[in-house]
This record gives sequence, structure tokens and C-alpha cells, in this order.
Amino acid sequence: MRVLAALSGGVDSAVAAARAKDAGHDVTAVHLAMSKYSAASTDGRSRGCCTASDANDARRVADALSIPFYVWDVREVFESKVVQQFRDSYASGETPNPCVRCNEFVKFDYVLKRAVALGFEGLVTGHYAQIKQGVNGAELHRGLDESKDQSYVLAVMRSDDLSSVLFPVGSSLKTEVRSEADARGFAVSTKPDSYDICFIPSGDTKSWLKKELGTNSGAVVNHRTGELVGTHDGVHTLTVGQRRGLNLDQSKGPFYVTSLDAKTNTATVGLVNDLDSYEFVVESVNWLASPTTIGEAGGAFCVQIRAHHRPVAGKVTSTDGHQVQISFREPVRGLAPGQSAVWYSGTRVIGCGTIAKRESAGDGRKSSH
Amino acid sequence: MLPVAKEAFVSALNVNGNASSLHATGRGARKLIEESREQIAKALGARSSEVIFTSGGTEANNLALKGVFWQSVEEDPNRRRIITSAIEHHAVLDPLAWLTEYGHAVVEYLDVDSLGRVSAAQLRDLLAQAPAETALVSVMWANNEVGTVQPIADLAAVAHEFGVAFHTDAVQALGQLPIDFQASGVDLMTLSGHKAGGPHGVGALVVSDRVHITALTHGGGQERALRSGTPDVPAIAAMAAAVTYWQGNQVQHVRHLRELRDYLIRRVLAEIPEARLNGIDTTKAAYETDARLPANAHFSFEGCEGDALLMLLDAAGVECSTGSACSAGMPEPSHVLLRMGLPDEIARASLRFSLGWNSTKADVDKLLLALPEAVARASKARAQA
Repeated sequence: MRVLAALSGGVDSAVAAARAKDAGHDVTAVHLAMSKYSAASTDGRSRGCCTASDANDARRVADALSIPFYVWDVREVFESKVVQQFRDSYASGETPNPCVRCNEFVKFDYVLKRAVALGFEGLVTGHYAQIKQGVNGAELHRGLDESKDQSYVLAVMRSDDLSSVLFPVGSSLKTEVRSEADARGFAVSTKPDSYDICFIPSGDTKSWLKKELGTNSGAVVNHRTGELVGTHDGVHTLTVGQRRGLNLDQSKGPFYVTSLDAKTNTATVGLVNDLDSYEFVVESVNWLASPTTIGEAGGAFCVQIRAHHRPVAGKVTSTDGHQVQISFREPVRGLAPGQSAVWYSGTRVIGCGTIAKRESAGDGRKSSH
Repeated sequence: MLPVAKEAFVSALNVNGNASSLHATGRGARKLIEESREQIAKALGARSSEVIFTSGGTEANNLALKGVFWQSVEEDPNRRRIITSAIEHHAVLDPLAWLTEYGHAVVEYLDVDSLGRVSAAQLRDLLAQAPAETALVSVMWANNEVGTVQPIADLAAVAHEFGVAFHTDAVQALGQLPIDFQASGVDLMTLSGHKAGGPHGVGALVVSDRVHITALTHGGGQERALRSGTPDVPAIAAMAAAVTYWQGNQVQHVRHLRELRDYLIRRVLAEIPEARLNGIDTTKAAYETDARLPANAHFSFEGCEGDALLMLLDAAGVECSTGSACSAGMPEPSHVLLRMGLPDEIARASLRFSLGWNSTKADVDKLLLALPEAVARASKARAQA
């Protein structure tokens, strides 16, 4: 198969490309330049540059594999679909997940479509997830390495695209991938894992948001009493479930952020139990299984509500094509609007969507049971 | 690399001496350098004392621009103005941007028309505004992207009317156009070895004996103390061999390249509806055949992205260029095309085809075989984005 391998300059995508080549595919490598910062010079021309050292690491991997290498400029789509969405989402009091949006709009949309149009039959990436052939076609499953599994951020992939994508490291442990990279002589074999948001290289999201969105002082009120208990610098500086860094008297707490209202610029705080939810609504739903599969399960799936959350049993009820309601027997804690909810059957991803805001503070509490 | 250049390079590798040493081997190395200097000077109508070897065109441009500027400011602190064209290579634009930032140079840019030509009249107007404050005029002999050849002798004459020195980046012209340094009236001229079939990593600045410049690198005092550092003898000998070769074969070589270029232009314009030629169309009777570099053809393919086309053609064994790329390898829309008035989208849809001394009609046919499908695919990719 003629495939395009996305090389980030990291160890996982390097081994993924190498394995694709070993498997007999005709591999072309591409490094996606996503960051947008430019230095204007005297005559007004702009020479924006991506992270040259990552691009160089990627290039050296392609050299080692003797495969063609190119850099694709995806800065525009990345800026509009990922970075801008990240700003907007925080500004509206949500907690976005930029990796989800990047997979949804950049890697498995813009890049995949461009690759296919240019004559490639598949896209290879270094994600920790597995694509398996089921009776009804390709299925997305968790990566074998539980600690590295990325199926949560990949659940936005379209069902039809699963058969055009290869995740060659998804069936391996990270430690195996590292030693393989070392054995293959890749200079990136000891490069540290990336955890931070790639467009905030300092890792300091709060400062970045303050720089981008400024400060907008607002009230912090008690979730139960409605009483004013403190102030904040803007809803974008807070996240639902946050306890540290709140400007209020914690002696009767600890208090956690329970909801954020961008319209009134108000944050509500409550005790840990106030973070519990029994049900919530998910929007922009994407299904990776046929209606039959869903029907057979009677809506009973394991639901994961953030990247490192241990999934819990829940019931998924479809309200219409784009929204579902998810309910639980036991409460889930720290549901943050803007994050993805992904529901699984065993290791298989069934569907996902974005956790919607509650209508008002207090909805989704014990009243439903 | 030209076979004669390769031979000269390999043969010079047997000369182990440091050209600055006083012993026999050192003298041997020095002799090779001086012979090379004389050969290049003779081929290009310069005096051998005017040829300063450098590590390439970029260094020669830096030496010319900064060397003249520092000398000028030394003589008169108010003389810090430099006039250049908006479509120079980055090896001219970036040193000038640096001089603006760190040396308080005042840089002004000549416009170009839609074919990439600067005008002597505009240069005269700009010079007349502040002749005593102008340290240098720098305009490239021919543009590296769209191949437009500038009226260098006219421009140099205008600069001299105002008593201002004239530099030209002649990297593209070497080997492709007849160059006579003295007859052109140019004061400083940048050359590069590899553009003329010589090796990479060697070049020269030809500096008229009339002009004084300040050195940028200091040390052993080589190259008339204008460029200290042990010279690269094999590269210099190979560059001289290449330049000498063109002196004897230029007419025939250029005729071949022009024919091949016009064949390429005709076929691309006839067979690819999305294609438009950038720069001067030498297949039309209205233009002189040497108004464009003989080895250059440059097109925009409407509805495509240049980098997608490059990738597809590369896979088909045809190598071309999108213009400039950042250090990471990401293509940028060409400042040359933008200054010629092309919209950003068309600038991004562009490819340059360069013919080499060994290019043949079969190479052009191979391109035309791959191009229609590449354009179709690239259009589709663009439409989906």
C-alpha cells in the first residue's frame, strides 16, 4: 500500500513508520508544521517557522529509513480549528481538549483527505490505539499499553476512515517501542514523552490563557447558598473540579469549582460531593459502531469522561442523531463541559461526543434518582 | 558537477599544502589558488587582484553589503542608505535587514513590474533624493526564481551618475549569461561555484580596485586581508575549471538551454490549462531570448499547491522547486512573486524548473508525462481542503 507516515520527530511515530516500511508498504514521510509564530522583517515579508528541531529529528528518521520526507504547512487549519477553539472554549467557561480537536480536524481530516487526494491509500501515525477488523468492518480499540492508550482522543475519527489508517505501535508497550527505536538506531529513542499542549511549550496553560484572553474579574459564589465567597480573574482561568489556586477562604472547604458561567462571569464552588453527577448530555456525537451493535448492548457501555479517567458503567440513550444522554448508577465526579465523553464496549470505542453544559447549576444532581 | 570541475577538484586534493605556508608544498597550493584567480578574472573580464574567494555566494553578498556599508559609515556617518530591489535573494535581503537592525542602515527597495523587471528611472529618482547619503546600490544580475535578467549595465551607470557604488549578485548569471565585469561597470559582483557546475561551498566576490571595503572576518590576512581563513584549494580550483569551461562553451551551451527552456514553456502552456508562466515569455516575439535566464522556467498552476505538486513530481522522478523554504523545510510563498503582484494563493501554486548543463529533451518529456496527473491530483487535494 502507498502510505503517508506522519513523523512528529518523536519516538512513537518513528517506530510506526519503520514498522509500516517493514510490512512492505511504500512509505512517504511528512512532518506537520503546526505552530504559528512568525518574525516579520523590514520589507513586510513573514518567515514563520515551525519547531525546526522536531522537524529535523523527523527528517533524520526518514533518512534512516531511506524514505522521502516533506514538511506540510498545517498552521492555518491548526490555528483556526485547534488553537482558536481552545481559546473560545475556555472563554465560554468550558475545558477543551485540543488533542481531540487536532485529531478531528487536522490529522484525520485535513491531512488524511489531502493524502488520499494525492494518491496515498493510507495514513500511518504513532498513536497508541488499535484498529481491528470486526464483522461489520473496522473497529477502533484501546492501545495495548493501558498507560499510553490514546483511544480517548481518537474517538472522533470517522468510522469510514478507520480502514485508511494504520497505528503500528498500538499493539505494543511503550517500553518495547523505545527499545525498538534504540535497536533501529534512531537518535530520538531517548527523547522524552510529550505531555504538554504542543502550542504552549512552557507548559503553563494558565499564563498562556491570561496572555491571550486577558483578565476579567468576576464573582465566586457558593454553589448551595449563592453567597459571594471570592473573586476570580476570568472563567478561562478556571476549570471545573479545580481546588488549588482559588482566591477564597478554604477553611470550611475544601471547595472545588463546580460550574462556570461565562455570560454572568460567575464561578460557583462547592464541596467535593457537589462535583458528582448522575447524568449529563453529550453533543456533537460520533458513532464508531453500527446501530445494531448499540441496540444489542441496550445502551450499556463503559464511559470515560476525561483523558486519564477510569471508565465507569453507564447507560447511553440517544435523544437524536447529534445528542445522547448518559446516566450512571453511581455518581461520576468532576464532569467538565468541553471535554470528550467516550463510551466503550470492552476495549472497543463505540462512540464519543462533547460534554454539554448543564442548563443551570444543580441540574444532574441527585434529583434524577 | 561538471567533469572538468570534478577532475580539477580531485587533482587538487593531492596538493596538501597550506597556501599560507612558505615551504615548497605551501607554494604549490598558493600557485593553484593564484592560477584559479587568474583564470576566473580572465574569463569574467576582471583583474585577478579583484577576485576574493569566499565560502559561497551568501558570504560574498555579506562581505559586499556589510563591507561597503561599514567603510561608508567610517568615511561619512551620514552615508548609511542602501538601495536594493524587492526581489533579491535572501542572501541579500537578510544581511540588509540585519544592517538595518544592528547598523542603522536605511534600506530602500526598488519595485518590480509584473515580469520582475526593475527600472533605471526609479533608481535615478531614488538616488536623486539623497545621493550623498547613499552608500550602495545592489541589484541582482538575474532573478533566481523567475529568471528575469536586469539591465545591469544601465543600472550601474545610473548609480555612477551619482557617484554611488554598484553591487550585483550574479550567482544565477554565472555560466548562463556572458559576464564582463569591467564592461558592465559593476563595482562588486557576487559569484557562486555550484551554480556554474562547480562544487558547493565556494564562491567569490569580485571587487573593483576602485572600491574600498571593510573586512568581516579577521585572522591570517588571506585574500588581501578581506577574507581571513585558510582557503579551500580543491573547491577553488574546481570553480575555476568550471568558469573556464563556460568561457569556451558558453555560446553552444546557452543555445541548447534556451531551446530546451522554450520547448518546456511551450509544452507546459499548451498541455496544462491551469498553468501560467511567471516572468518573461521568451517564446513570444515581443521579448529578447536572453531576457530570461536560459535554464529557468517558472509556472503557477492555478488551483494547486506547489508543495503537493513538488511531492508528486518528486515521486515520478522529476525534481523541481517551490521557491524558498524555512529552515524546517516548509514552503513559503515567494516574496518575488508577491512583489510582482501575484496573489498569495497563486504564489503558493508555483514551481520552478531549472535546467542543468546535462539536461535533455527527454528530461522535459518525462516532466510532461508526469505533470497532467500531478496537476489533477494536486487540484483535487486543494479543493478538498
